[in-house]
Amino acid sequence: MLSTGVMGAADDPWIRWYWIGDHLGVIGAALAQHIELTVVAVGIGFLIAVPLGLLAWRRRIFRGPILSVTGILYTIPSLALFAILVPFTGLSVLTSEIGLVSYTLLILIRNIVVGLDAVPDDVREAARGMGYRPLAQLFQVDIPLAIPAIMAGLRIATVTTIGLVTITALIGEGGLGSLINDGLIRDFKTPLVVGTVLSVALAIVADLSLAGIQQLITPWSRRRSAA
Amino acid sequence: MSLLGQVVRWFLDGNHWSGDSGIPNRLTEHLLMSGASILVAALIALPIGIWLGHIGKGGILAINISNIGRAIPSFALLVLAVELVGIGALPAFIALVALAIPPMVTNSYIGMGEVDADVREAARGMGMRERAVLLRVELPIALPFIMAGVRTSAVNVVATATLAALVGWGGLGRFIIDGFSQRDDVQIIAGALIVAILSVGVEFTFTGLQRLAVPRGLRTRQSRQEEVRTAPAAELSAA
Repeated sequence: MLSTGVMGAADDPWIRWYWIGDHLGVIGAALAQHIELTVVAVGIGFLIAVPLGLLAWRRRIFRGPILSVTGILYTIPSLALFAILVPFTGLSVLTSEIGLVSYTLLILIRNIVVGLDAVPDDVREAARGMGYRPLAQLFQVDIPLAIPAIMAGLRIATVTTIGLVTITALIGEGGLGSLINDGLIRDFKTPLVVGTVLSVALAIVADLSLAGIQQLITPWSRRRSAA
Repeated sequence: MSLLGQVVRWFLDGNHWSGDSGIPNRLTEHLLMSGASILVAALIALPIGIWLGHIGKGGILAINISNIGRAIPSFALLVLAVELVGIGALPAFIALVALAIPPMVTNSYIGMGEVDADVREAARGMGMRERAVLLRVELPIALPFIMAGVRTSAVNVVATATLAALVGWGGLGRFIIDGFSQRDDVQIIAGALIVAILSVGVEFTFTGLQRLAVPRGLRTRQSRQEEVRTAPAAELSAA
């Protein structure tokens, strides 16, 4: 795989602009796949994390088991997790997504629990006194106040996933990771640099966009910080 | 024979327990590489984070270095290192050190920030010199956070060392990568299991160390109960 040898790479510049011009289609497709893999993973992860997070918050007995299991999933190296799945689900998008989703769970659930835990008891007391029923209180008081922590979790999960997607290149997917892998296999720096730069840029754009969304949906926190 | 049975037989095969490509040697390589990287990264990162926290400056840098670190894919870091120094152990080492530095800087900075200004003031009032304030008051209080950073880095490093097999180095990742290229599912699964068990073991070991790092005066029942508290501080505070 690495038979091209490294010695010959010495005069390969970090970037050859003509390669980029010739491969705009490939680069665009890799970027699109990267975004798609990330959005699906974080989306499904969030759909799983919300009920589990609420359960871990409301019923303390489930908190330990939920955080332990997702913690172990988070700890298993991505390559190992993908490797265990490949004999069963093949070199496929499904394998990639199972792995990627499982890495978002701990981050999302933990931040949901931390956010909800941090809602002051006085506020809950006041809501109950005002006649809020449990479900209305959850959606109109508890969750809105937990949004900053939940959004922080989404941001970390998204940025982490964007990085992990590159590793799925080893199981035939990869998005921008396929460009990085291409750079490694062919010992050619340009696709490596393009893949890395775009991946970092994507992470920054995603992080800032989610921060912007957070500002929009929690106008009260903006007003307070402006005061 | 079922896949599981074949995996069990793989582990029982004496050939997989001896020689350069046996489990003991691969495990030793993996641990030596990880240990050396974490140690060197700690020697670089902890003084920086602790010093910035002590003087209370550079917070934006100390906090954001983790976010930037998270945005750079470890796979890209590894391949970039190969382009810089060629294949083998060196690029793996460089990439792992670079990967391990940010969480340690951020968490040690945050830990120093956790020291109450009143506590610092009281220590000075008791006549402690700056050095004693740092070594006997601030560091013990910050130690659990510092250890949280070391733990985050250690788990990342042990995981990413697996990828180093891609750049012509050994370690436990060899079983997985060789399994892929030989289309040998049994070896892939066996290798993945070893790596997974090692990672969880490292996580538990460092979580234990992190608990031990809490000074006796600060240990409360609550801090032992709260599982969320064992979370790396950088991740929870990255809002």
